[in-house]
Amino acid sequence: MTGLGDIFKASFRRPLGALSGGLLLALYMIAIFADLIAPAATNEQDLDRTYHPPTKIIWGEGGLRVQAYDLTDPSTAGYEAVPGKSYALKVLGRGFEYRLLGIFKTNRHLLVCDDPEGAFYLLGSDSTGRDVFSRLVFGSRVSLFIGLLGITITMVLGFLVGGLSGYFGGRTDFVAMRIVEFMMAVPGLYLLLALRAALAPHFASDQMFFVIVIILAFIGWAGTARILRGMALSIRQQAFVMAAESMGQGPLTILRKHVLPNLLSYLLVAATLSIPGYVLGEAALSFLGLGIQEPSASWGLMLSEAQNVKVFYLNFWWLLTPGLAIFLTVIAYNVFGDVLRDVVDPRSQKR
Amino acid sequence: MLALIPLLLGITGLVFLLMSLAPGDFLTPVRVQRDVSPELIQSIEQQFGLNRPWYVQYVKWLGNVMTGNLGHSWAYKMPVVDLIGQRMLATFLLSVSALVIAWGIAIPLGVLAAMYKDSIFDRISSFLAYAALSLPEFFLALLFMFFAAQSGWFPMGGATSIDYEFMGAGGKILDRAHHLVLPALALGIGSVASIMRIMRANFLDAIRADYVKTARAKGLRERRVMFMHALRNAINPLVSAFGFAFSGLLSGALIVEIVLQYPGLGQLMYQSILREDQFVVLASVMLGCTMLVAGNLLADLLLAWSDPRIRTIRKTR
Repeated sequence: MTGLGDIFKASFRRPLGALSGGLLLALYMIAIFADLIAPAATNEQDLDRTYHPPTKIIWGEGGLRVQAYDLTDPSTAGYEAVPGKSYALKVLGRGFEYRLLGIFKTNRHLLVCDDPEGAFYLLGSDSTGRDVFSRLVFGSRVSLFIGLLGITITMVLGFLVGGLSGYFGGRTDFVAMRIVEFMMAVPGLYLLLALRAALAPHFASDQMFFVIVIILAFIGWAGTARILRGMALSIRQQAFVMAAESMGQGPLTILRKHVLPNLLSYLLVAATLSIPGYVLGEAALSFLGLGIQEPSASWGLMLSEAQNVKVFYLNFWWLLTPGLAIFLTVIAYNVFGDVLRDVVDPRSQKR
Repeated sequence: MLALIPLLLGITGLVFLLMSLAPGDFLTPVRVQRDVSPELIQSIEQQFGLNRPWYVQYVKWLGNVMTGNLGHSWAYKMPVVDLIGQRMLATFLLSVSALVIAWGIAIPLGVLAAMYKDSIFDRISSFLAYAALSLPEFFLALLFMFFAAQSGWFPMGGATSIDYEFMGAGGKILDRAHHLVLPALALGIGSVASIMRIMRANFLDAIRADYVKTARAKGLRERRVMFMHALRNAINPLVSAFGFAFSGLLSGALIVEIVLQYPGLGQLMYQSILREDQFVVLASVMLGCTMLVAGNLLADLLLAWSDPRIRTIRKTR
């Protein structure tokens, strides 16, 4: 089997793979450079401008300018554009201070309106006048990295349990598989809720990220372990494992040196195809108010705010954009996973 | 089916342990009420062993369950059995209509997509299936809420209208159906995509099989070949999928019920966990697990019924 680098190269050579892989790369770049891209901090409120519609961007006076709006009807959050009035937008202008990549201290942002009078809402504002676009950008950190972290834990756990029980067989295998079956028999969402109820009070609200990762990984490892056990069982029958055994290598060394390399391509595909489950799991938990807590931002949390009669009736559609972001992430992972699978195992190619 | 007993014991034990890890219990809101006497609270604590470790409480609860007493809901002030019975009908209606929608759309679409493979229709339906698979259920439900509010065609939440009690039998059915449309669609669309993809792949496999070639070679009409020979074989894997769908019948609608404010079991479960209404949670978890095992059994039975090969294997053993 070819190495992981070759698999990625071959995937990016296909049009669908390049498209979805490129989209994923772009999303992760946004998450990493969130401070630079977002014009406002996550918790920057403006109570005079709640439910502000997306501001128009116009070209004039030798630069980009943002249209000015007046609040005409506070009860229904009606805003009207003020003709002829606009504020200058600055590329790499000054905004809140942060550390780029956690190292360089700076206050430059990609596109900001630094006029104290002006308001720049690319995707409108929410119920406390926070910039939806900025929160979307910051929320991508939670939503995107929870998948990566969760799947890593799941895969390591699944590999250890599945690999060891497939390798040793017998009683170890029996016990491990009964536990796995038990885990798989419990309705996932119920377990999610119960776990969250049990774990949450023992953590501060800003540690919620890790609680969610732990919960999601705890629920997810069983299925992986089950499949990996089957694969480890069949690899165990191969001559090279017997050779390694007769040379006196220990089980963990054999697992790492002989079994793992044979499972690597499968693990890669399975991981890519299961990440959407984590993204959706986090979003669902935060949406139910059980995940990431205010004032932090996550896509699910932002959507839970859209769950408001006022939003429904007054058509604040921009509050639904986090749903689109989730959708794009999930579909990109699904497509990329399918392409990876085709590359790794051409027999499974779709007809 | 016997495997159900250790499973139920394990899962209820786990839930008990988890709920005891969370601070407070179902009496916490009662304790701050001034009009409840401390003696009453003490007697309830005694009765359920609330000041004892969780395993003692668990054994007490098990003893009650053995005698058919599932306990009392503290939030709703009624026996758990009655409460769940009320909600079960609503969830059951919702899940069954979602199943009907999903299967009714997905199977014909999958067959058509396979029969006209690589046509525009196939490509569009594949793309839509992909999109539907990636759309989170709660987002779809949220979009439906939005749609209901903007168009005013559908009620926003609930399973019945306020004047439900005063309607005639026909009106009652129509009213329930009206409230069901959006939740059932939100729940069904997600599974349309996966069923359609399985159906399409199965049907493609079946079309290429030797028995279809034989059927064509002996001069059967195309329609007979497609629907009697190919479809009959292609549908087998889906028959067991139907059993699995059954297992999620009572526990699969949680998020849709919460977002669309449909008063079913999922919503009850969610609220009970938040309120630490322990016995309701335990009963719903038990119900969910039982349905899961029953669904798996149903899947096996259905498969044996629809695929003669499986029956013969068992007989020869």
